Amino acid sequence: MTSSPAPLAAQMSDVNKWYNDYHALRSINLEVARGERIVVCGPSGSGKSTMIRCINQLEKHDSGTIAVNGVTLTGDLKQLNTIRQDVGMVFQHFNLFPHLSVLENCVIAPMSVRNVPRKQAEEMAMHYLSRIHIAEQAHKFPSQLSGGQQQRVAIARSLCMQPNLMLFDEPTSALDPEMVHEVLETMVSLARDGMTMLVVTHEMGFARKVADRVIFMDHGEICETAPPEEFFKSPQNERARVFLSQLIH
Amino acid sequence: MELINTFFNWDVMVRAFPILLRGLGNTVLLGCVTIVIGTIAGLLLCLVRLYAVRPIQLLAILYIDVFRALPILVLLILVYYALPFVGIRLDSFTSATMALSMVLAAFTAEVCRAGIQNVPKGQFEAAASLGMPFWKSMRKIILPQAIRVIIPPLTSNSISVFKDTALASVVAMPDLLKQANDAQAMMANPTPLIGAALIYLAILWPLVRLVGYLEARNQRAVAR
Repeated sequence: MTSSPAPLAAQMSDVNKWYNDYHALRSINLEVARGERIVVCGPSGSGKSTMIRCINQLEKHDSGTIAVNGVTLTGDLKQLNTIRQDVGMVFQHFNLFPHLSVLENCVIAPMSVRNVPRKQAEEMAMHYLSRIHIAEQAHKFPSQLSGGQQQRVAIARSLCMQPNLMLFDEPTSALDPEMVHEVLETMVSLARDGMTMLVVTHEMGFARKVADRVIFMDHGEICETAPPEEFFKSPQNERARVFLSQLIH
Repeated sequence: MELINTFFNWDVMVRAFPILLRGLGNTVLLGCVTIVIGTIAGLLLCLVRLYAVRPIQLLAILYIDVFRALPILVLLILVYYALPFVGIRLDSFTSATMALSMVLAAFTAEVCRAGIQNVPKGQFEAAASLGMPFWKSMRKIILPQAIRVIIPPLTSNSISVFKDTALASVVAMPDLLKQANDAQAMMANPTPLIGAALIYLAILWPLVRLVGYLEARNQRAVAR
């Protein structure tokens, strides 16, 4: 376990990003405290995904500073790989490795990046797989699983690296409705265990249940930050009000 | 009967056969060495083409373009007959290996590039997000997925280059064709040439079928 002593899991100060002329992130300031659960919502194209993808640098920011677990990102590849080991990410389209079995998906990073011996890596993988009730499917390939199962495996794969911060990029958006629940349940139990989570999602039920803070973004800026009860009852920001009124909940 | 005596003369064939076999040995050796060198160089070239810094990428693109455009025979003659003028004297086997693998590398690089670019971006991102360094994710995640798409055209290119080994006879390498040609002159009968053609067919036809099979298998895998 690589528990970091840094009190802030992630910190973004005055972060900007452009895609050519398009200003995708406008002066983002965000602090994620250890153990905090933050839900990020907003209309599509508002920069939510871009923001969390900047934290593990799947997107490079153009100005401002980002620190993860107390370490300021320098753009150095070696430093970045070390930081990424402690930051799990779950994608909208799962991105499991299709040529590897479920078990291999879970052990490949711990074994090849952290040099965990195979036996130990497999034990840990089976531990997480049984927690998400997929242990008996460990030797199947991703294509043999349902979407909900695949996404749960993707969560387990991230957990096998024993991250201290988990990023979720619309983890339920690509799922059939009946499978959303099982994935959210896994995420709720993760939250209960005290994992630091930054979740881009439109699942407002999930936000109500576990979020410490809800962040509303639009046009690349953070428009409002509030505890969920406050945010849903009386959003201060006009655009947030419009956004919420358009969600069926 | 006249026709059979001319083109399928059993006596001549029996006498020519050991000569052809020696040529076949050289052809197979040239073919295999070329395919191994050309494929490995092609993969490296492709990685440079895709991931090196821009100026070096441009060099790789230039190389690939030039060697895809240049006829192998022209290149071979340049290597064998032109290089000696600058003091580089290569024997016929080395010249042929060099010319053929330089061209195969260019074609292989393009095939590999298509295969790697065929792997969804999410796979690169998933590997990166787990902290896997570039080369490790290439080796364990990206290439194993790309290889399925790459194998059929790669085999096809290898067959092509194997056929082109016959060009080595031009620079006096005693390959299958050269040996057959010599035997034909010596025995004043074209049967050895027919024999050589049959040997080429016997080796390459199964490989051509194999490509067909591999492509069909990939089609099925995609359809699934």
